[in-house]
Amino acid sequence: MTDQEILSGLAEIIEEIAGTPADEVTPAANFVDDLDIDSLSMVEIAVAAQDKFGVEIPDEQLKDLKTVQDVVNFVSKNS
Amino acid sequence: MSDRPGAKILGFGGYQPDQVLTNDDLSALVDTNDEWIRARVGIQSRRVARDDETVTDMAEAAGAKALAASGLEPSEVDLVVVATCSPETPLPNVAAVVAHRLGIPSPGGYDLNAACAGFCYALGAAADSVRAGTTRNALVIGAEKMTSWVDWTDRSTCIIFADGAGATVVGRTEPGEPSGVGPVVWGTAGDQADKIRITGRTGALTQDGQAVFRWATTAMAPVALEACRRAGVTPADITAFVPHQANLRIIEAIAKKLGIPRDRVADDIIHAGNTSSASVPLALARMAEQGRLQPGTPALLIAFGAGLSYASQVITVP
Repeated sequence: MTDQEILSGLAEIIEEIAGTPADEVTPAANFVDDLDIDSLSMVEIAVAAQDKFGVEIPDEQLKDLKTVQDVVNFVSKNS
Repeated sequence: MSDRPGAKILGFGGYQPDQVLTNDDLSALVDTNDEWIRARVGIQSRRVARDDETVTDMAEAAGAKALAASGLEPSEVDLVVVATCSPETPLPNVAAVVAHRLGIPSPGGYDLNAACAGFCYALGAAADSVRAGTTRNALVIGAEKMTSWVDWTDRSTCIIFADGAGATVVGRTEPGEPSGVGPVVWGTAGDQADKIRITGRTGALTQDGQAVFRWATTAMAPVALEACRRAGVTPADITAFVPHQANLRIIEAIAKKLGIPRDRVADDIIHAGNTSSASVPLALARMAEQGRLQPGTPALLIAFGAGLSYASQVITVP
């Protein structure tokens, strides 16, 4: 899977869970500050990402993923 | 064909204490605000029992209403089960005292602790007892005073938990009448026992909110589906979905996974908070009062919480 594929898959997930339009989900976007996504929604996103990419993101690691790119990197590294 | 009776629901009753605790009240105690609480948990207000108001008092009030709704005389009830994890004292149990106060002459009586899953566990056990022929009519109550166990300086819990009680009466079906309480699907996840806890005799309730959120929003929909399957229905048949009122976002996430439309989903948490094992029967009682339940149709119940524990069944609305 390319980073671009992960990014667009993630954008779909974020649009579904948080209602943020996919084109606003840019690599540098910060979940809390830019996308207004709180920690409970992050859990939903992590679960959906596990379903889509087959990569588990445990709570302890999830809290360190602050931007969209952080999640893309995590999925890429662990898939 | 078995000549054993089936079980069915005969009525609901709910009780909430008078004292209202709003989000604004809470923002005076801890660093929070109305908007944050509504967005994160979905609660607008919740009720707090008086200092001298006990779990037994609330159980009695809800039980009396359910009994009245059922049309039964107290003497026709031969089992009282009270789901609670917050009784004031380990003994005597709540069931025996409530039975006496309601004028039910010497029924079987026991308390059941499965935390927030308690009511669905109790309903499962009571329905099984009716089906086995052991019991004619059971009064099943969920009653909690969670505010006794809350640390009022901990904003992650004090905004959530509240007090109240709900009850239902379970009786026997007539010969040939279809079952009105589906088989319960219950279980535990003891590997996550540390996620919701009260430590020691006087400790406050604490939880690992994100871990519980993750578990509830992923593991509960399959349990609810299994309960539907065992009752011979699908989620599309369900006219009322009543999950434990833990957090509005958990409720909505599970409902979405099951494909159940939002207007069929109980959201009692908005004005009741999380009342642990009282939440499902309180939500049912309120939906019944509001005319939101369709008689003769299947309603899906699921409760989950500390243990971690869960239980789910389909009931036919009386």
